[in-house]
Amino acid sequence: MHVILDALAMIGLSYVMGFLFYGFYRQFSARVQRRWGPSIWQNFFDNMKFLLKSETLSHGPMFFFGPMIIAAGAITTVLFVPFLKDSDWLQGFSHSGNLILIVYLLVVGPLGNALAVGSSGNPFGVMGVTRGLTRLMGLEVPFFLGLALVMLQHETTSVHAIMAAQDGIAQWNLFTNPIAFMVILLPFIASQNASPFDVVGAPVEVYAGPRVEFGGRLLGVLMTQNMMMTIAKLVLVVDLFMGGATNIFILIAKAFSLFLLTAAISLAFPRLKTEQTVDFFWKVPLGLGVLGVVATVWFPWGA
Amino acid sequence: MYHNNHCEGFQCEQRMLEASLGEEGGELGVLDRLVAWMRQRSLFVLAYGTGCGAIEMRPLMTSRFDAERFGIIGAATPRQADVLVISGYLAVKTLKRVIRSYEQMQEPKYVIALGSCAINGGMYWDSYNTIKQVDHYIPVDMYVTGCMPRPEALIEGFAALQEKIKRGEPGGFQRYRENIDWYKGNQRRVLGDNMPPDYTYDWYHAGGTA
Repeated sequence: MHVILDALAMIGLSYVMGFLFYGFYRQFSARVQRRWGPSIWQNFFDNMKFLLKSETLSHGPMFFFGPMIIAAGAITTVLFVPFLKDSDWLQGFSHSGNLILIVYLLVVGPLGNALAVGSSGNPFGVMGVTRGLTRLMGLEVPFFLGLALVMLQHETTSVHAIMAAQDGIAQWNLFTNPIAFMVILLPFIASQNASPFDVVGAPVEVYAGPRVEFGGRLLGVLMTQNMMMTIAKLVLVVDLFMGGATNIFILIAKAFSLFLLTAAISLAFPRLKTEQTVDFFWKVPLGLGVLGVVATVWFPWGA
Repeated sequence: MYHNNHCEGFQCEQRMLEASLGEEGGELGVLDRLVAWMRQRSLFVLAYGTGCGAIEMRPLMTSRFDAERFGIIGAATPRQADVLVISGYLAVKTLKRVIRSYEQMQEPKYVIALGSCAINGGMYWDSYNTIKQVDHYIPVDMYVTGCMPRPEALIEGFAALQEKIKRGEPGGFQRYRENIDWYKGNQRRVLGDNMPPDYTYDWYHAGGTA
């Protein structure tokens, strides 16, 4: 009973935080562009509207199961990321999993996307997926290298143990291992589909995103999982670099401050092309990551 | 109404047209009203820029007019759009594309006809290859008059459409579904053998939501 309630609470919390954070992002970007912008609930309205629309087109069973696979991947990721430290609640199944499992779960989304869009046969959609997988190739390597740096530093793959090792603010990995944070930050933004690495689903002006063929309910499911996945990744980075959170308000505050940082970076830089993205990721964050590994493994002052 | 001194001329006409818009929708249940309210807050627009109206559409998304504050935002494809804005005259050739775009949109869907060309032909009233009344071929929910209407007028049109959705009035898509044979007959009259393929609308005949 406790497990079910806990899982539902995590899914609900990640959804609510998801649409509020995205609503905030839209309003924030509107103010930067000197306009009023939509209300903070706008993403909730959009999502509900899509979930309540009709769905008349079909491209066979895979077109339907693709979004379901992506959504299942997102929900599983949410359930394997511990939201709170030293608490019985909001843990999900995180005691049975570790960071390596989460790394695997993060790739389920793009794969489901490729399956669904591939079965739709829309050339624009396939173009979008190609771009998405190319970007994935660029961002995964530095992202996982950053995670590996953290695992190497603490010599464990358990998110709980890494959280427990960061007691005070001075022990946060953000300060004890800033290279890992710098390595992970930009791939993290890219994995959130945010500018400047958002060429894949370029929201309004590029017709060729992976979602081009989805409308109605399936698009609603995709939006829902996207918001939940965003929160899961934010909480994961908070757990790994900012010492986790002991209660829900600290969690929201920490996740929000991280979100604010990524949003500010997103709004300051214009969009990069796909090959520029991959070039950038394989030069700057990956180079930094290799330096970080060398420093952690070979030099006494690392770790 | 013309004896009042708080409005004059076309303002009074506008008020008479909009008088019914502010009334409460008593016929909807609580849940329906909630759903309708969320629907009207989120309108994804497919801008079908045929004529000069395309120029008036673009400023809507800019900082000056900022339609996003009403939840109005552009959609990339017809599949994701709620509102089809036909901005200007339609040639017979473009009518076919408009019909295909409209039939790909998921319900509930709405159509805004922008400018006098879409309403009665406008300055193309005697042209041999221009559609005079768009409403005969696809159902129009809201007209925005003018040649060309300013972006403010278009926002007014959107606001009126939002009121209409909020009150749960039957939209044009229901009219299209019920009178599909009449609409298809009209379309066939101008398009002849050049009709769009059946598979974009045959689910209307299947009844209910496919």
